[in-house]
Amino acid sequence: MSTSASPTATTLSEAEAKSLLSGFGVPLLDERQVLTPTEAASAATELGLPVVCKLNGDNIAHKTERGLVRLNLATTDQVSAAAEELLAAATPADGDVSVLVAPMVSGIRELIAGVATDPQFGPTVMLGVGGVLAEAIADVVFRLIPLNEVDATDMIDDLTSQSLLGAFRGEPEVDRKALAQVLLALSATVEARPDVTSVDLNPLIVVDGKPIAVDALVELAAAERNEVAS
Amino acid sequence: MNQPTLSSETSAGLDALFNPRGVVVVGASTHPGKFGFVSLHNILTAGFAGGVYATNREGSEVLGIQCATSIEDLPADAVIDMAFLCTPAAANPDIVRSCAARGIKAVFIAGGGYGEAGEEGLQRQRELVELADGLGITVVGPNGQGVVSPPAQLCAQIVAPYPPRGGIAVASQSGNFVSTFMNYASVTGVGISRAVSAGNAAMTSVVDLLEWFATDDETKVLLAYMEGIDDGREFFERVSRIAATKPVVVVKGGASAEGQRAAASHTGSLASDDKVFDGMARQAGIVRASSIEEGFDTAALFATQPLPPGPNVAVLTSVGGWGVVTSDALAQTQLTLVDMPTDLVDAIDEKLPPRWSRNNPIDMAGGETRETVPELLDLLANHNSIDAIMYLGLGIQSNQAAMMRGGPYYPDHGLERIVSFHERQDARYAQAGAEVAASTGKPVVFATELAVADPTNAGPAELREQGQLCFDSAGRAVRALDHLRWYAQHHRARGHL
Repeated sequence: MSTSASPTATTLSEAEAKSLLSGFGVPLLDERQVLTPTEAASAATELGLPVVCKLNGDNIAHKTERGLVRLNLATTDQVSAAAEELLAAATPADGDVSVLVAPMVSGIRELIAGVATDPQFGPTVMLGVGGVLAEAIADVVFRLIPLNEVDATDMIDDLTSQSLLGAFRGEPEVDRKALAQVLLALSATVEARPDVTSVDLNPLIVVDGKPIAVDALVELAAAERNEVAS
Repeated sequence: MNQPTLSSETSAGLDALFNPRGVVVVGASTHPGKFGFVSLHNILTAGFAGGVYATNREGSEVLGIQCATSIEDLPADAVIDMAFLCTPAAANPDIVRSCAARGIKAVFIAGGGYGEAGEEGLQRQRELVELADGLGITVVGPNGQGVVSPPAQLCAQIVAPYPPRGGIAVASQSGNFVSTFMNYASVTGVGISRAVSAGNAAMTSVVDLLEWFATDDETKVLLAYMEGIDDGREFFERVSRIAATKPVVVVKGGASAEGQRAAASHTGSLASDDKVFDGMARQAGIVRASSIEEGFDTAALFATQPLPPGPNVAVLTSVGGWGVVTSDALAQTQLTLVDMPTDLVDAIDEKLPPRWSRNNPIDMAGGETRETVPELLDLLANHNSIDAIMYLGLGIQSNQAAMMRGGPYYPDHGLERIVSFHERQDARYAQAGAEVAASTGKPVVFATELAVADPTNAGPAELREQGQLCFDSAGRAVRALDHLRWYAQHHRARGHL
């Protein structure tokens, strides 16, 4: 995202961020927040293996860099071991922590979507091609919030990498309606919550043609965060 | 439509700026290098129909105009709506007061010493705006080149040219680009309705000017150059409303990090992520051109052609190579080189010998006779699978005619007759294009390098005569036509068209 965290911004935990966004229709995985390795293992059984475990907390933003994401856990033993390690890796600075257990999904195509606040034009919705080459490809489009349905559809059409949205290497074409709904959900989030200054859905994985946000980062303007809390 | 956001005072001020009954040059000079001379010279030379007055401290005569020593000393019965100030910044507040007292509604300030000149200048600019606001007078500029309004035969500016009259209205944050667009208007014959350099845009912003243009009957399309925006949200909302009524073409300087640095020192503009501006433009329904020439091309096409009903293009050509590279250029856009339906192939078979390309591009392969091109233009434009036509190869025969006419054998050996035939034919093709566009509501676009290689060539000359644009390359034509397609599609999807 083009907007970096300002010193006055606060970041929601992944679980809080997802809970906020799912209320506005951002498609997310059915995932569980647990406090112990045993709970993690039973959550994994419920969800079906393999799963992903992540450490969750108010002040944890760079999970991947800190090694706090464990992918492709195929047995309950692996799950409980991973949960134990994650909880042990928490530092006092992380505050209250928990473990998120989510189904392991995969898709060849990764997009990125979000909200960024522009200094001149205010809050915008952003959509781009994601994945490890995202920065080099730099195929990103913006629209000002609020978006309507026509704007959202146009936005998808404006991506340069249209061939990536069609049927691709055995995967069906991207459901443009569903993708437009993600963009509209981001717009609706900011319309209802003007204190949301930044959202990162990265990656937004295309699974069977449907976009699903497997990670979510939400930043709030600090002053209004206090207002909301009080 | 929502309420326009132009105040009635600004609206009346801009009425006075573009359609003044009389003008006064304040600070007229006898020195032919000074703003105060050049602006008066240009007003007189363009033949402004209303009263022309001038003042200077000496009360001297300039270009036959006896200057008054002050606004107060101008003849009491002189009807003056607009003042053109070539005076030093320190003198302007009193002059603006005098103008307001005389009932002058609009003041254009050419001189600098304001926002572009440091903190002190910025303070002076703020005070000027406050003063003008209180007096109910509209200030345009300062630090601008001037205002041009061909319907009023007005050329109040410190630079050339005075362009032909037409449907393009120009507002620019850079004065030089007003000249550039007007030079393009002069050379292409696609004229200007109004043109103004916003200068520092202290009181009257580019979007204020655009809003006035949107209500102006002389104006068909709005063309703006800008580097920065004070309030992006307000700009977006206002320009969205304007674009729903008339096409708006914007060239935005500072698209790269390097350009943004240059813009910051040019107009002190705050830079946004260029991709955000791009998305804003798409959402607002304004056309963003990627260069100055593309901006003019696109505005000129909007001003002179109907909007294409859809994306399907037929390319008619007597020059096979141009057909090929135009196909390549079309493939870079969302215009479509439509597959020729069989009924159309059959109909064309009636008009051309069998060696024609039998698909799109329609390469006539030299098989055309006297009536072929007008008939084919008519046939193509009346077919429902085709939304726009490009004609490539206009003027080739007239180019040969020019060589014959200038050679040693003219007018003998039958040359007089063939030269005149070729020139008549090319002029006819140009006329047929305009007629077909008018009768079918589908654009017919001509492109040939002869537009610049030999502007006297009968083909381009006839197009210019009709106020139609003759593109100098097919690539430029394709890009402009694609902007028209996008604009039409965008606004139809939103119920504006």
